[in-house]
Amino acid sequence: MPLQVKRLLIVFVLFIGIMLGLKYFLTPESWREYGAYRGNALTEISDKEAKYVQTETCAMCHDSIAELKTQGAHKSIQCEICHGPGYKHIDDENIDMNIPDDNQFCMRCHSKNAASPQSIIKQIDAVEHSEGEECINCHNPHQPWL
Amino acid sequence: MNKYETLYEALANLDGYIYPNEIALNWDLLIVMYPYVTGLVAGAFILASLNRVFDIKALRPTYEISLLTALSFMLVATMPLITHLGQPWRFYEMLVTPHLTSAMAIFGFVYLWYLMVVLLLEIWFDYRYDMVIWSQQKKGFVKFVYKALTLWVSETSPESRKTDEKIGYFITVVGIPSAFLLHGYVGFIFGSIKANPWWSTVMMPVIFIFSAMVSGIALVMFIYMGVSYLRKQKPDMMALDTIAKYLFYILIIDFTLESLDQIHRIYEADESFDILKILVRGKLFFTFFIMQIGVGVLIPLTTLGFLQFKKPRERIRKIIYLIISICVLVGIFYMRWNVVIGGQLFSKSFYGFTSYKVDLIGGADVWLSVLWFIVPFFILAFLLWLLPPWKKNHEAMH
Amino acid sequence: MAIKKENSSRRDFIKNSSMFAGGIVLVSLLNPLKMVYATKKPKGKGKWYGIGIDIEKCIGCASCARACKVENDVPNEPFFFRNWVEQYTITNDDEIKVSSPNGGIDGFKQPVPDDEIYKTFFVPKMCNHCAKSPCTQVCPVGASFESPEGIALVDKSYCIGCGYCVQSCPYGCRYIDMENGVVDKCTLCYHRLQKGLDPACMMACPTGARIYGDLNDKESAVSVFIKENNCAVLKPQLNTESKLFYNDLSQEVH
Ligand code: HEC
Ligand code: HEC
Ligand code: HEC
Ligand code: HEC
Repeated sequence: MPLQVKRLLIVFVLFIGIMLGLKYFLTPESWREYGAYRGNALTEISDKEAKYVQTETCAMCHDSIAELKTQGAHKSIQCEICHGPGYKHIDDENIDMNIPDDNQFCMRCHSKNAASPQSIIKQIDAVEHSEGEECINCHNPHQPWL
Repeated sequence: MNKYETLYEALANLDGYIYPNEIALNWDLLIVMYPYVTGLVAGAFILASLNRVFDIKALRPTYEISLLTALSFMLVATMPLITHLGQPWRFYEMLVTPHLTSAMAIFGFVYLWYLMVVLLLEIWFDYRYDMVIWSQQKKGFVKFVYKALTLWVSETSPESRKTDEKIGYFITVVGIPSAFLLHGYVGFIFGSIKANPWWSTVMMPVIFIFSAMVSGIALVMFIYMGVSYLRKQKPDMMALDTIAKYLFYILIIDFTLESLDQIHRIYEADESFDILKILVRGKLFFTFFIMQIGVGVLIPLTTLGFLQFKKPRERIRKIIYLIISICVLVGIFYMRWNVVIGGQLFSKSFYGFTSYKVDLIGGADVWLSVLWFIVPFFILAFLLWLLPPWKKNHEAMH
Repeated sequence: MAIKKENSSRRDFIKNSSMFAGGIVLVSLLNPLKMVYATKKPKGKGKWYGIGIDIEKCIGCASCARACKVENDVPNEPFFFRNWVEQYTITNDDEIKVSSPNGGIDGFKQPVPDDEIYKTFFVPKMCNHCAKSPCTQVCPVGASFESPEGIALVDKSYCIGCGYCVQSCPYGCRYIDMENGVVDKCTLCYHRLQKGLDPACMMACPTGARIYGDLNDKESAVSVFIKENNCAVLKPQLNTESKLFYNDLSQEVH
């Protein structure tokens, strides 16, 4: 084999060796545990804290409101849609929940829109219907009707 | 917040409906530069191969210049891609844990193959003998550099030169498909995105290859004239005329392929056609019809076509070639622009458009793009100083 | 979990690395289809999540979009959504108007008076968690992957932020989180699922328009939903094997 080719081959072998070494040392832990990705990523993603704790947890302390709510038209609505995420509040009740008290809030769901199916949600014209009053003066948000 | 300012501006200028996540145009000018620069590499290399493999003697004066041009652009070809990443320092992951179903993952390997195995080797075998000679003439550090470059092999026997010649030829032969691979592959990155009807066409890699050749040839033509001017030498008119001839032929092929692609699109008129029609006639009108087709194709094509029949005086021809090469380079840049930016301007919902403005003052992408286009010229200047083609021993056999 | 681990001994790294250069070419020659898609549906009785959306029940309140932003720390700017609602209005002149002000969070207005409307409805959008997801297919480093449960996830500490997956998602469900320069997307609230909670959007829906569950379990809510309704997926022509099934999907929706 000619000398220059021999030298070149040495260089290439060195280069490939370095690449393989780098691959060995830089490949992260748990690579290919389940597939071509870091298996640990699954646990890292699932370790994130959940912010919404769901109605069952609220009912442990606010049982009367929860009870009230199950009888009304809003029974399918989670407490936290209206009151915001409760993960801090359930550890420390002094951290206040959000209390939505403007009409605009109810109108998110109840405003008139031809795209909203009438059979699913009752829609009203805010100004006409409430006559300038707060919705919650006439409707209990937890049980809009008996 | 300042960071989102351009996004809010785009939001205010939406046409129709676009998925909310599409307002941000993620692949900016840097990704336009990426296929542009790789295209220049592939094209310059193929011009060099024309001389060596197809034995077109008239191109001999530009052989080394094309190779060195290819090398200097190749060295920065990954930079637009890397600097565009959200996490540039994690780039090594692409080499360490490449995800084999991804077209982009293979880029590192195609790149390494082309740079290390094809370009460097071809240049090395071409210059090995001269570097040995120069290492004997020079002194001090430069001598050391040449010595290192020859890998301390000081063989100058005719047999060793024959080996160089033979292997060099072999590498060039391997190099042609490799150059096609390199750039066809870049086309595949776009052509394989089935979600995007503007990109998703089997023609994309082929069009990329031919537009790469066009741009690379124009670049070498430009650089050859520039280098001759700087060295106060007369450029070889035979070489220039031949380059122009090949530029003309390949431009025809390139234009045919692109037209074929568009005609096919227009005739098939699938679900995406309506939105693409509005896109091309509206937001892309200037960059597509005027820059890409007008400046990039029609002007060079008619001028070069005219030159095939009637040859004006040398001085005039030189000026024509200079202008044509710039036109083609600009045109191909806009071709990349239309692919990359155009493909992101319309919504995949087919109901509307976002907008993209090149932010000249604040945009890091613009400055980086300009940088990655200028750096290769400095590298080339250095390479020409280190490995001057005009000081080569030209009794070489090819 | 019922999923078998692939061989992960570090010692055979040389074997792995030899796949490096010629491997892909060879493998794709020998068995072209197997390598093309990033994911394989695991055999056995593990969970395989699917989603159902009942367009007839969506009232366009965007509680899902809000809850998603809060739960997953999605930036508040109107350019980043894992989950949003679109309003389609088709007029009597066959003009199609689509809108989604801030993903629906800002509230919807009908753009045309009621008597000119031919048809109008809301379409909630989110990641389709495709079985043959084009996004995980193109990720160059394996930072985007499909979990054994069939959920397309992003490993944010490994993502390089190239944006290739954003381009390849036909549904526009991914965005680049500008804070970290990495990609972010719907995880079907993987962290909530693992804790036995419902995904935030599913929990937040006041009318039960959103359903999710295990597609392998033919009694699960989503399986029953698909059986009882005439469901369709978005862009079926792209063969992504989307696992988000819409009841009553109009053909205008892309
Ligand atoms: C550990 C028991 C506990 C749980 C669980 C709990 N709360 Fe409370 N919550 C309280 C107590 C005690 C108060 C009264 C504190 C006060 O008045 O400052 C309260 C007050 C409130 C208030 C009124 C705050 C105000 O500013 O007046 C709201 C609204 C509320 N809770 C909602 C919720 C919701 C929604 C949940 C479920 C996510 C929940 N709570 C879960 C104990 C609980
Ligand atoms: C439709 C939205 C809505 C839902 C759902 C809802 N709330 Fe409320 N909640 C309100 C509003 C509005 C107020 C403020 C009432 C007022 O000021 O009179 C309120 C007040 C409260 C208060 C303050 C006590 C009071 O009477 O002033 C508590 C505690 C509370 N809610 C708990 C709950 C719990 C627990 C649930 C779930 C079981 C729940 N809420 C579900 C809207 C809602
Ligand atoms: C998250 C969406 C949502 C919000 C916010 C909301 N509602 Fe409702 N509301 C519903 C749904 C769903 C129903 C049950 C379906 C139905 O029968 O209309 C309902 C039912 C009602 C009804 C009974 C209608 C009937 O006759 O059946 C009243 C009254 C009502 N809501 C009032 C309010 C008021 C007042 C507020 C503001 C505090 C409010 N809603 C906020 C979703 C919402
Ligand atoms: C002055 C008291 C009053 C106020 C304020 C008020 N409502 Fe009512 N609401 C009523 C009464 C009484 C009815 C039942 C009679 C009817 O259907 O109009 C009713 C009915 C409804 C219904 C059922 C409509 C139907 O078609 O069955 C909804 C939904 C509703 N209200 C929501 C609201 C919302 C949202 C607000 C705040 C914007 C509000 N209301 C404010 C008294 C009130």
